[in-house]
Amino acid sequence: MNADILSLSYPLTRLVLWLVLIFAFIGLNALILVWVERKVAGYVQLRPGPLHVGPIGLLQPLVDAIKLMAKQLVTPAAGDKVLFWAAPLLAFAPVTVCFLPLPFDARFNPLPMNLGLVLILSFSGLGVVSLCLAGWGSNNKWSLLGAARAVSQAVAYEVPLLLAVMAVAITAGSLDLYAITAKQGGWPWQWYGVKNPLAFFIFLVCAVAETNRAPFDLPEAESELTAGFHTEYSGMGFGLFFLAEYANMIIVSGVAAALFLGGWQGPFLPGVWWFLVKIYCILFFIIWLRWTFPRVRFDQLLNISWKWLTPLALLDFALAVVVAGLGG
Amino acid sequence: MQAFDPNALRGDQSSVRFEPGPTEDKLILSMGPQHPSTHGVLRIMLELDGEYILRAEPILGYIHRMHEWMAEQKTYMQFMPNMGRVDYLHAMAWNWAYAGAVERLAGIEVPERADHIRVAVTELNRISSHLLWWGAYLLDLGAFTPIMYAFDDRERILDILQDVTGSRLTYSYFTFGGVYGDVPETFAARCLEFTKYLRTRLPMYKDLVTDNVILRGRCEGIGDLPVDIARRYGATGPVLRGSGIATDTRKAEPYGGYDRYEFRIPVYTECDAMARYMVRLDELETSCDIIDQAVASLPEGPFQAKVGKTLKPPKGEACFAVEGARGKILVTVRSDGGPKPYRVKLRAPGFSNMSLFCELARGTLLADAVSILGSLDLVIPEIDR
Amino acid sequence: MSVPEKLREVLTGLKSLAIGLGITGRAFCEKNVTVIYPKEEVDNLASFHGHVELVGKEEAPDVPRCVACGACAKACPSSCLHILCPVPAKEGDEGPVKMGPAPQKGSKTPGQVILDYSLCSLCGQCVKTCPVDSLRFSHHAYFVATDRKAFTLDLMERLRRQALENCL
Repeated sequence: MNADILSLSYPLTRLVLWLVLIFAFIGLNALILVWVERKVAGYVQLRPGPLHVGPIGLLQPLVDAIKLMAKQLVTPAAGDKVLFWAAPLLAFAPVTVCFLPLPFDARFNPLPMNLGLVLILSFSGLGVVSLCLAGWGSNNKWSLLGAARAVSQAVAYEVPLLLAVMAVAITAGSLDLYAITAKQGGWPWQWYGVKNPLAFFIFLVCAVAETNRAPFDLPEAESELTAGFHTEYSGMGFGLFFLAEYANMIIVSGVAAALFLGGWQGPFLPGVWWFLVKIYCILFFIIWLRWTFPRVRFDQLLNISWKWLTPLALLDFALAVVVAGLGG
Repeated sequence: MQAFDPNALRGDQSSVRFEPGPTEDKLILSMGPQHPSTHGVLRIMLELDGEYILRAEPILGYIHRMHEWMAEQKTYMQFMPNMGRVDYLHAMAWNWAYAGAVERLAGIEVPERADHIRVAVTELNRISSHLLWWGAYLLDLGAFTPIMYAFDDRERILDILQDVTGSRLTYSYFTFGGVYGDVPETFAARCLEFTKYLRTRLPMYKDLVTDNVILRGRCEGIGDLPVDIARRYGATGPVLRGSGIATDTRKAEPYGGYDRYEFRIPVYTECDAMARYMVRLDELETSCDIIDQAVASLPEGPFQAKVGKTLKPPKGEACFAVEGARGKILVTVRSDGGPKPYRVKLRAPGFSNMSLFCELARGTLLADAVSILGSLDLVIPEIDR
Repeated sequence: MSVPEKLREVLTGLKSLAIGLGITGRAFCEKNVTVIYPKEEVDNLASFHGHVELVGKEEAPDVPRCVACGACAKACPSSCLHILCPVPAKEGDEGPVKMGPAPQKGSKTPGQVILDYSLCSLCGQCVKTCPVDSLRFSHHAYFVATDRKAFTLDLMERLRRQALENCL
């Protein structure tokens, strides 16, 4: 075998290595994130959260994952088997690719591309297809309602998300996350989040809506639709949806950290740590939102997007264009 | 593996009226007996056009436990524990309604100390019922933390009532002519401490939930209940008071010395879910006022009137109305002179309140239906008895 | 609605969201209210009504005060108490002594007192009806068993065990 193919300079080797690292990263972070969510939920509700499995409950997500893997996989009798089982796989598949453009540090760049943002936005749109398939393939009216809600919600919140991201891209002059991060500095006043707070706010709201998190978690509204689109899934099917939701949260926080919070830039610590700290700050905020607010009603959700966020995002985009055009 | 039989999903005698028509647009959904938001085993058949409800019909009876039949098999005192199980959230009110009816029938007079104790524990129970309603309503709407805060406050009430009665939920504390046992010496102090504590918590509830813009969007303008519909279905309690009618059994037909206390009946005229919500939150304060007055003036004396071992009320019929957390509870007892009642009729306020759900839900979204159902404060075991 | 009014409404809405976050944030930093059993225990079990138990005599704590009148069994709404006494043998009856429900002629103490706790509704009628105050509520709150038979309690056995423990 050609010795070159094993060296780190060979692009394919680097890519494969990075994909393996990403899988490991997603797995580890999903476990940690599950623990963080349950602990934060517990402390907000004045109770301890997971406590008994491992020290302060750290092994709880691991044990839960083992439990999910051991469960029986049940297919609804009259459901479409192919669609039903394609849905969780399709939910999880695009997630891996979306991690590639995230700028963990200035030195890492597994797949140099100048359209990192476009890659992330397009692949995260695939997640909605999986919700559709899940809702239809379950042969369950509640799941169908959940899937229908998910589609309208995803479509509605893509538009302001894109516009907010474009505003930042225009200001930075590039669609490459590495370039956008490099244009910012380590201190808060150098971040785009401070220079363009409206875009940051719109991005956060759309991010929460795109990942189906409360207060926008209608597709999986636990108290109305029993469990929405993933009602019929048990065991690893549910596990994959769960994993995909947390991975999506991490991706979206990663994009927010890169676009608005200066990414890897920061004093004292090496870049990777700053990136992770910023991601976890945003994640903590998203989790905090979930455990505080009730759910928005469906038509109110669409109203917020089409009547408020989209015009504001357009305004912001126009302003960014003007400022950039004036040589700012 | 068995082949799938399409006839298996045809339905039962209740859902037959909901057969899908010639057009495929309508979705027939059974918000079935097992559902997170129906507060018990309530089944509502829905005909949906997308998310809009065209028709709704409730199907009851999944938790019919034949309480009224049991009353005919047991002696008067043996039936008392049943009353704690009819509506376990406001067990004291049902206890009082039954005890009051039998006392009226047998001509038993209740001593003053027992009256004060009865008022205090019933109002404490009302607060705990409203707190649970508040938490559960928000849980239906998707907020997962207020229920935990409500239960934390509720635990204090349950601790007080445990010291008085020994139970935490299904109380069987009333006897004919008084209460089962005297209250401990710390009772009055603990009640005053609790009401003081709850008054400091109410602003937090207002900030966290009532003023929250998302909650207002879910409750304001939802489930408009005009007064004539409320009257037609015999709605009582906060459902009626949220539509502008200021009627409360504690003021209209005073019992147990309620006419001695000064308290305000909260009334709101907006007729929507928000009005019913505000009525119940204001009733928390009203109950605090009543408890303060009742325990401050707790007289000395017997806690139980002298009643014979086996109670044999004279032939006749008597009824007694009590203001429960959900509305007006009416118990009618008919005696034929023997040790067991001839007939006990339990009028549950939830039954009338729930019947108007179908009119309210027509034309609303599914999410609104959940909100309306929550604002009616239904406890299905009380409806089915 | 005019534009400044609409804007003010939006700002009030956003402010309410921020206040809500503040409340949950503060709760996050406060101490938990959970009592983590079995490491910690609640402190108010003394008033808790567990299942009923027999009260022993002052001079002989392992002998119940019960006079086998059967009033408690009759008062119970769910027929969960069974007081069994030896049935006086009829003329010509040979064989072992049969046990029957109280009251029985010639029995001033119970032979067996069985409580079927799975039927009990903790109403307290038995405790109230007893003419000699031989029944009281125990404080047994953590009653857990893997077999249903464990809920059929032999109250005399329990009394004897309690008397032994109190003596030691």
